[in-house]
Amino acid sequence: MESVLMRAGLWFAALVLAIIACALSVDWGFGVHMGICALAAGIGLIVTLRGGDFSAPAATGAAQSRYYDDVIRWAVIATVFWGMAGFMAGLWIALEMAFPVLNLGIEYINFGRLRPLHTSAVIFAFGGNALIATSFYVVQRTCRARLAFPGLARFVFWGYQLFIVLAATGYLMGITQGKEYAEPEWYVDIWLTVVWVSYLVVFAGTIFKRSEPHIYVANWFYLSFILTVAMLHLVNNAAIPVSWFGSRSIPLAGGVQGALIEWWYGHNAVGFFLTAGFLGMMYYFVPKQAERPVYSYRLSIIHFWALIFLYIWAGPHHLHYTALPDWAQTLGMVFSLMLWMPSWGGMINGLMTLNGAWDKLRTDPILRMFVMSLAFYGMSTFEGPMMSIKSVNSLSHYTDWTIGHVHSGALGWNGMVTFGALYYLVPRLWSRSRMYSIRMINWHFWLATLGIVFYAASMWVAGLTEGLMWREYGPDGYLVNSFAETVAAVHPMYVLRCLGGLMYLTGAAIMTYNITRTIRGSVQRDETPFGPITFNPARDVPIIPAAARLATSAN
Amino acid sequence: MATSFLQRHKMVERNITLLAVLAFGAVTIGGIVEIAPLFWIDNTIEKVQGMRPYTPLEQAGRDIYVREGCYLCHSQMIRPFRDEVERYGHYSLAAESMYDHPFQWGSKRTGPDLARVGGKYSDDWHAQHLKNPRSVVPESIMPGYGFLAERDLEAGDMRAELKVLSEVGVPYTAKDIAQANDDLKLQADATGDAADLKKRYPKAQARDYDGDPKRLTEMDALIAYLQVLGTMVDVNAPAAQEKLAKEKGR
Ligand code: HEC
Ligand code: HEM
Ligand code: HEM
Repeated sequence: MESVLMRAGLWFAALVLAIIACALSVDWGFGVHMGICALAAGIGLIVTLRGGDFSAPAATGAAQSRYYDDVIRWAVIATVFWGMAGFMAGLWIALEMAFPVLNLGIEYINFGRLRPLHTSAVIFAFGGNALIATSFYVVQRTCRARLAFPGLARFVFWGYQLFIVLAATGYLMGITQGKEYAEPEWYVDIWLTVVWVSYLVVFAGTIFKRSEPHIYVANWFYLSFILTVAMLHLVNNAAIPVSWFGSRSIPLAGGVQGALIEWWYGHNAVGFFLTAGFLGMMYYFVPKQAERPVYSYRLSIIHFWALIFLYIWAGPHHLHYTALPDWAQTLGMVFSLMLWMPSWGGMINGLMTLNGAWDKLRTDPILRMFVMSLAFYGMSTFEGPMMSIKSVNSLSHYTDWTIGHVHSGALGWNGMVTFGALYYLVPRLWSRSRMYSIRMINWHFWLATLGIVFYAASMWVAGLTEGLMWREYGPDGYLVNSFAETVAAVHPMYVLRCLGGLMYLTGAAIMTYNITRTIRGSVQRDETPFGPITFNPARDVPIIPAAARLATSAN
Repeated sequence: MATSFLQRHKMVERNITLLAVLAFGAVTIGGIVEIAPLFWIDNTIEKVQGMRPYTPLEQAGRDIYVREGCYLCHSQMIRPFRDEVERYGHYSLAAESMYDHPFQWGSKRTGPDLARVGGKYSDDWHAQHLKNPRSVVPESIMPGYGFLAERDLEAGDMRAELKVLSEVGVPYTAKDIAQANDDLKLQADATGDAADLKKRYPKAQARDYDGDPKRLTEMDALIAYLQVLGTMVDVNAPAAQEKLAKEKGR
């Protein structure tokens, strides 16, 4: 009871602070944001007062014999929701680039404001929720322990959604720090720091109370992802607010230093958010779905340490031939080339896990998704080091080639592995024997794959066209093309990309329908099965620690 | 050998604190080695003549440039290649963005580089182009920004902004900061006496930028910013060339 009062008090204090900040705000956007915060605090207050104490059951033995999966269920739904939002935003900005009238002269849906909305929605909202859901699922199963601090885990989930809402509404209103992938302003950054530290506490806390002596490799990746993102976030967002009641801030580092810090951050957002975290996912779900152990234990050790060590150095490959000193560029290039090895180590470890189970690919579209995802991971981590070579980068930098590289990694690797994990999780989390429809998974697989092919191929052509046309000289020794001509030349490719995006989005919509039907009812679509996905709930329980077991039997 | 390594690694796999400490160690080294030197190796930024902080109006325009995400389509970093230099002008120097918080080098050229766009077109051209890009460049895919011309500039308290900028190392004087709000209005007013402003901000231009002298709009500020881009340093002056030869980098 006391703890309920204390938490209610905290919510109330937050509510009052947010209202005061809203009243004192010096700009419109900050006022709106503090209004949203007040609303969130108000909801928190009401839920606390009405719902009473959630944490009490955690202490009893009965609850210890179940995993804490509520938060995971919410995060799965959030992943699907934000995924759809992010893909739609992506398709919309792709359409704006092909048909600029679609900007409609309305500031809120201008390309410049929607593009950060797209990147944040897909990376931080879709990817982030997928990471939260899977990390909480994996850490409990592999440690055979119930999630530590369930109350804090709920805070992590809702706090993270608030972060997303603040970031997204901010972009629409033009609130941005002007640094790619680190656009949210100072107060949103502070909030995310609080949420992220809580995330670390829940995750590491669960490992602490594990019943398995050995920490499974997936958890190494998740742990390094959480730690590193915290470091990157704090350093790159160091800034001084212009007013404590306004949205604007000035970053501490500017110019060359600012650029290097930003790309040290940016590249490792890729390296740890989109790679290490997702490798954690891969290391649990691929062996599970294939029903085979991980191919090589030794390889996983070596490639883990090599990957996290090397990634950090590679940032300067985003700044080739800029005013960044030469030695830094060279370091970035050399380490990027080396990075190829551990990246492929991970891919090989994943693919070879299927040794002896390759026949399952014919019957299991979920496994097919995992394999395709690893193939795209291999492809983009081959392309990346190649683009880090200075002479290649002199052509590819600033062009749509980079966009093609991004999306073969993002759509292929991050998207596909997430879809696979979702299809694995949903029946288990909602106690269904399988997804509503396996054939729809197959449709999703093909639509997504074809969509990526259209997207990546059109951007590679567009990128090369731009790179070559910009540097084309005529026999008279003058540049041949005006910039506007190069813009016109890539128009057909921009249209093709929209088609690819539409296919990818359609696949995701099918998944949304399939997942909704699975969650809503246990009815399954009447269809010839591809192969059974068996789930045994009786085996899916944590080991009750000796102390708790004693307590239970004493009751 | 290999087995003993695996044996020893077992320790890490059973101790989360050790795992966390080692992992964190592994990810800090690269960053420190690369980033720290930039703050004290002096050849990172050669001081060149002509660099000055932005005037309050230019800075307000820059804030709009950031707000509208122009950096997502435009770079401000010309690389030292023959074609880029011929297309956009002399390659960019580190010193030219030393007062940029945040930097706006960009990573994508959906539109041309803007590092030296200042003085390339007239104010009227910019106003027309920003309102409706396709009316001047039919192939353009740039969004229209007509709303900027319709909205009064509400830059907030520029004194506070300049003060924070000076705290992070941009050399504004106490007078610059105290007069920031007046300077802002003065620079967009063709009729005012801007002599003092020009003394403090060499080569600053004071005029109405958006073709609507009655109002101070966001368009005024943005064009003022675009017109100063790349114009501060005379890269072809002998003194600058000498400095350039020393700027290691490319
Ligand atoms: C969708 C991407 C996009 C965005 C966002 C964008 N631009 Fe452009 N911009 C272009 C393209 C493409 C061109 C080349 C065709 C033309 O001149 O309109 C261009 C050209 C320009 C030019 C002419 C440059 C030259 O040397 O000819 C200027 C100046 C300019 N943009 C300023 C801006 C400003 C300021 C903003 C933000 C308010 C902005 N742009 C936002 C795509 C964009
Ligand atoms: C329906 C699917 C998608 C479509 C149509 C789409 C479209 C786009 C478009 C048009 C851009 C702007 C490109 C430019 O400025 O030239 C973009 C940028 C970007 N998108 Fe997507 N996108 C999709 C899905 C995704 C996903 C799933 C992710 C990540 C998980 C992602 C990550 C990014 C990133 C990181 C950028 C910025 C790239 C850069 O700055 O170099 N996108 N996307
Ligand atoms: C070994 C691994 C990799 C290396 C060495 C690498 C290298 C590169 C290089 C050289 C660029 C171009 C920078 C430029 O010219 O501006 C780039 C851009 C990018 N890469 Fe990778 N890449 C790798 C893997 C990946 C993966 C797996 C993803 C996952 C999605 C990814 C996402 C991105 C993004 C988002 C950008 C665009 C950044 C921007 O300009 O906004 N990369 N990468």
